Amino acid sequence: MQFIRIVIFPLLEGLLYTGLIFLITLAASLPLGLLLSFGSKSKIKPISMLTRGLVWVIRGTPLMLQILCLDIAPGLISQALGCGIQFALRQEWQHFMMVCIAFTINYSCYFSEIYRGGIQSIPAGQYEAAQVLGMTKSQTFSKVVFLQVIKRIIAPMSNEIITLVKDTALASVVIHLDLFTVAKGIVNTNPQYFLWPLIISAAFYLIINGLLTVLLGKLERKLDYFKV
Amino acid sequence: MAFFEVKNIKKQFGKTEVLKGIDFSMEKGQVLSIIGSSGSGKTTLLRCLNFLETPDMGTIAINGETIFDSIKHKNLKDNELRERRLRFGLVFQSFNLFPQYTVMENITLAPILQLKEKKLEKEEYKHRVEEIQTNAKVLLDRVNLTEKCGFYPCELSGGQQQRVAIARALALSPDILCFDEPTSALDPELTGEVLHVIKELKSADSTMIIVTHEMEFAKNVSDEVIFMANGVIEEQGTPKEVFEHPQSPLTQAFLNKSMETF
Repeated sequence: MQFIRIVIFPLLEGLLYTGLIFLITLAASLPLGLLLSFGSKSKIKPISMLTRGLVWVIRGTPLMLQILCLDIAPGLISQALGCGIQFALRQEWQHFMMVCIAFTINYSCYFSEIYRGGIQSIPAGQYEAAQVLGMTKSQTFSKVVFLQVIKRIIAPMSNEIITLVKDTALASVVIHLDLFTVAKGIVNTNPQYFLWPLIISAAFYLIINGLLTVLLGKLERKLDYFKV
Repeated sequence: MAFFEVKNIKKQFGKTEVLKGIDFSMEKGQVLSIIGSSGSGKTTLLRCLNFLETPDMGTIAINGETIFDSIKHKNLKDNELRERRLRFGLVFQSFNLFPQYTVMENITLAPILQLKEKKLEKEEYKHRVEEIQTNAKVLLDRVNLTEKCGFYPCELSGGQQQRVAIARALALSPDILCFDEPTSALDPELTGEVLHVIKELKSADSTMIIVTHEMEFAKNVSDEVIFMANGVIEEQGTPKEVFEHPQSPLTQAFLNKSMETF
């Protein structure tokens, strides 16, 4: 009973926050990544240079460092301005929000490169066929190209998505809510449970990723009806 | 004035002049074949007519209406290009069907998208969609593929895919249908069925421009033949004139090579 109260319940709560970070990041960075991939291919030089620069910086620095920077930034800025902007959110939620933003920026950049590769792999003939049939650029993308891109990028996307589940542990630099950090905390304060909290949290990660693998596999099979 | 008139079309990529001034004209319902070795500019000419490339110079007129004039139309906007493209249909060497759509959807996609832009009332829209679908069935029948209606491109042979591509191009009723080496990607036993369909179209009075390496076919189906070499029209005339009494030594050399049997 005590085991459940001291170990299982907190771990489940950690699982909830890990799930939240994961879902928010995924929901925000899937569309944002696509937008960034358009940006990096834009004919307008400043836009493409800016997005490419952003992707370069974000992919070239540790995610943990990015989380820390974003978390500290609002406080420093308000201090520098000397006006002490009060954030409406409670302290803990503000940290949580900054973590989600950091994750979203980071994963959008990775996703954008996957999208870009997918879009570039579609043969020119598909665009030309759509063009001679009088389709507009947006019709060509949404009706002809997009689904083919999705089919081509499911495998690399699955990879990133599964990595994201595990990367949520990096949130521990600023908040102590996620599954890994909670497990670590229990081990430190309750040596009588040996490694069990860590093993159970590992099992939770495995279950999430197992579910994701099944889900993404289903999507992949669903798109098996055509070949690109 | 001829139905279709092309004057002084020039196109260069970087420093390479691919088309050095192409002039020709044709009447409605005529079939024009363009032959010539690789790199002679045949495909580029076809791509210019379909505005996949914008010519650097020249004019293009259909039915007396100038749809392109390099002096006025240097920088056409996307929607202006779209309008002009719709006067032409293009069948590609590599079919370029949309893999995620069925045969039927491949044919109806573009017409339905155009319909959607018109913002019609619901009833009218439904009625027009039905018309498009009925028309698609008629076209499928014309290319002898009625029974493949619900199939996906990957389930079809190359010859069947190319016939779907022809039906897809016809669905927008272009003034002029262009073919870019329509049988070059096909196994020899599959070229027949595609050429047969094109022949049928000729008897239905379609105006067609065909870039091809099938000399026998060009001889049989065309009203007019153009031989291109190094970006110019080297010789032009009826199939009889070009194939049987070629005047230019380049044409003679090309025909000797292509008619060679082993």
